[in-house]
Amino acid sequence: MPNHVILRVVAKVLIPVIVLFALYVQFHGELGPGGGFQAGVILASAFILHLLIFGQRETRKIVSLRLLRILGACGVLIYAGVGIASLLLGGKFLDYNVLAHDPVHGQHLGITLIEIGVALTVSSTMVALIYIFVERLRAAEE
Amino acid sequence: MISLGLYNYWIVIALMMTGLYTMISRGNLVKKLVGLNIFQTAVFFLYISMGMVEDGAVPILTEGVTRYSNPLPHVLILTAIVVGVATTALGLALVVRIKEAYDTVDEDELHRLDNDF
Amino acid sequence: MEHLQVLIVLVPLLSAPLCALLPSGRWPWLLATLASWATLAMALVLLGRVESLGPLSYELGNWAAPWGIEYRLDYANAMVQLLLGVVAAVVMPFAYRSARQELDNDRQPGFYAALMLLLAGLLGITATGDAFNVFVFLEVSSLSTYTLIALGRDRRALTSSFRYLIMGTVGATFFLIGVGLLYSLTGTLNMADLAERLPAVASHRTVHTAVAFLVVGICLKLALFPLHLWLPNAYAYAPSAVSAMVAATSTKVMVYVLIRFLYTILGVDFSFGRLPLAQILMVLSVIGMLTASAVAISQPNAKRLLAYSSVAQVGYMVLGVSLVSALGLTAALLHMFNHALMKGALFMALGCVSFRLGGTDVAQMKGLGRSMPWTMAAFVAGGLSLIGVPLTVGFISKWYLVLAALEQGWWPLVVAILLSSLLAVIYVWRVVEVAYFQPSESRDIHREAPLALLLPTWILVLANVYFGIDTRLTVGVAEQAAAALLGAGR
Repeated sequence: MPNHVILRVVAKVLIPVIVLFALYVQFHGELGPGGGFQAGVILASAFILHLLIFGQRETRKIVSLRLLRILGACGVLIYAGVGIASLLLGGKFLDYNVLAHDPVHGQHLGITLIEIGVALTVSSTMVALIYIFVERLRAAEE
Repeated sequence: MISLGLYNYWIVIALMMTGLYTMISRGNLVKKLVGLNIFQTAVFFLYISMGMVEDGAVPILTEGVTRYSNPLPHVLILTAIVVGVATTALGLALVVRIKEAYDTVDEDELHRLDNDF
Repeated sequence: MEHLQVLIVLVPLLSAPLCALLPSGRWPWLLATLASWATLAMALVLLGRVESLGPLSYELGNWAAPWGIEYRLDYANAMVQLLLGVVAAVVMPFAYRSARQELDNDRQPGFYAALMLLLAGLLGITATGDAFNVFVFLEVSSLSTYTLIALGRDRRALTSSFRYLIMGTVGATFFLIGVGLLYSLTGTLNMADLAERLPAVASHRTVHTAVAFLVVGICLKLALFPLHLWLPNAYAYAPSAVSAMVAATSTKVMVYVLIRFLYTILGVDFSFGRLPLAQILMVLSVIGMLTASAVAISQPNAKRLLAYSSVAQVGYMVLGVSLVSALGLTAALLHMFNHALMKGALFMALGCVSFRLGGTDVAQMKGLGRSMPWTMAAFVAGGLSLIGVPLTVGFISKWYLVLAALEQGWWPLVVAILLSSLLAVIYVWRVVEVAYFQPSESRDIHREAPLALLLPTWILVLANVYFGIDTRLTVGVAEQAAAALLGAGR
C-alpha cells in the first residue's frame, strides 16, 4: 500500500510506541504483569504492522529471515545457557540464586536474562511465520 | 434451576462442544482448525476461571491485601496458549502445502483424490 | 552426577537450535548423532544410579518439590529413557544417507533440529514428575512429529500429518482438561503429591471426569483401537528415518504415561478397583490386537502394513497394563522395550528398501531376496521377532504376557494372543513370499543398500536376538519397575 499517506504516517507514529510498550512489558515483567511472551508478541506486532503497510520487501531490509532464524535459536540458547551457567556455578538447573553474589540479585539477573531469551525467540518466530506465509502467498499468485 | 452460580462451566462446556462439533462436521480444513482453536480456548477458560478466588486481588504484592487470586493456572495457560499458537501455525502451514499439492482444502475432495478411505 | 537427570533432556533440547544454526551439510547430522549417543550413555548411567541409589529426585531451580517442578526417576522411566537412547543412537546414523536422498538439501538442518526436539520432548515426558510438564513435553514432541511426517515425499504425507495434528491436539487437550480437573480438586500438579492427596477426594465426581478425559486423551496418543486412525498413514508416508524413530518410540512413551497415571497417580485401588478401567482397556486392546493384525494382512504398502501391526502391538502392551498384576506390568514394560527394538529394525529395513526402490509397495519388492539379501534378511529377522519366535525378543515379551494371562486364568486372552501372532505370521509371510519366491519382473537389478544404512539396521536386528537370549537386563529391570509401580499404588 505505497500510496496510503494516512496509513503510512500513522504507522510511522505507532511503530515506535509499540516497540517502547514492548520494552516496558518486557522489563516490567519482573515486578508486575508482563514478561517475555507478551513482550515478544507485542514487538513482533510492530514488525507485522510495518510489513502490512510498507510491504514485505521493506521489512526484510530491516530483518531478514536468516537473521530471524539465528535470533530465534539464540533465544533458546540464552534460556538454556542461563540454566547451564547455574549448573556450572554449583547450583541446580535454572537455580538463579547462584548467579550473583546474593540470591536476590541472582533471581533478578536470572529472570531478566531468561525473559530476554523468551522475547527474542517469540518475536522472531512470529515475524518469521508471517514472512513465510506471505512468501507462499506471493508464490501462489505468480 | 441447576446452579447457575457456576456459570463459567456452562460457558466452557458450550464452547468446547462448539469447537468439537465444528471440527467433526466441517470438511474444510481451515474451519477444522478454527474449531480446534475454539475447543482449546474453552480449556483455557476452564483453567483461568479455576484460578479465581472470591474477593481475591490481582496476584501482585500490594500493601494491605491478604487475599490473592491463584496465579498458577494463568501461568500454566500462558504456556498452553503458546502451544496452541504453534499448533495453529503448523496446521495452517500444512493447509497451505495441501492446497499447493492438491488444489483443494476440502476433506472429501482430498479423500477422493487419494482413493483413501 | 546428580545433574544427569536434567542433562539427558537438555542435551537434545540444546542441540536442536544448534542444528538449526549450522549450515547444511553433514554438521547438523554429526551434532544430532553425537547428542543421541550422549543420551544413550546418560540413560545407561542413570539406570545404574537408580539401581544403586533407588528412585532419584531433582528439583528444578532448587524449588522444593510440590511447588517447583520435580524430575523423578525410578525403574520404569529409566527403562523408557534407555529405550529412547538406544533407538535414537541407532536411527541417527541411519538418517544421514536416507535423509540426504529423501529431503531437499536446505531442509536438512531443520530436519535434524526437529528430530532432536522430538527426542527431547519424549525424554522430557519420561523425566518429569509434574503432570503439567508432561503436557508441555508432549506437545514439544508432537509438534516436531507433525513437522517430520509432513516432510515425506508423497503428498499424502501432508494430509496424514494434518489428520494427526487434529487428533493429536484433541488428545493432548483432553489430557490438559484431565490434569486441570485434578488440579482444581487437589491444588497440586506434582505426581507424588497428587497420589497422596487424591484418595481423600476419590469419591468426588470430578475425579471420575478427570480420569475419563485423561485416559481418552492418552489412548488417542498411544493409538489404542478405536482411536488409532491417525497412525497408519502417518507412519506410512513419513520419511524412512522418521518412521523408524516415531514408530519405535512415541507410542511406547505414551504407554508409559498411561501406566504412570493409572498406577502411580490414581493408584491401583482407584483406577481398577472403583472404576472398570481394566475391563474397558482389556476389551479394546484385544479387539485392537485382532482387527489391526487382520487389516495389516491386506495392506498393499509394506510400511502401512507395519503401521497396522504397530496398532496391534500397542494392544499387547495395554493388555499387559490392564491385567493389573506384577507379571502383566512386567510384560507390558518388556514389550515396550522389545517392540521398539523390532519395529525400529523393521522400519529401518524398509528404509533400505525404499532407498533403492523409491517406495515400499509389496508388489515392488519382487526378487528382492536375491538382489538385496542383507536388507531382506534383516526384515525376516525383525519379522520373526514380531511374530514371537523363540530366541527373539518378541518371544520373551509374549511369553510373559501369556504367563500373566494364565496366572489369572484368562484362557481366552491366551487364545487371542496366539491368534494375533498367527495373523502376524501371515502378514510377515506376504512380504517374504513376494521378496523371495517371486522372480523380479523388471530388468534393472537393485543393488544392496549402502553400509551406512545396513549397519544400524543390523545393530538393531542383533539387539533383537541378543535380548531374546540374554534377558537378564530387560526382564530384571522390568520386574523391578513393575514391583515399584504396584508398591507405589498400595
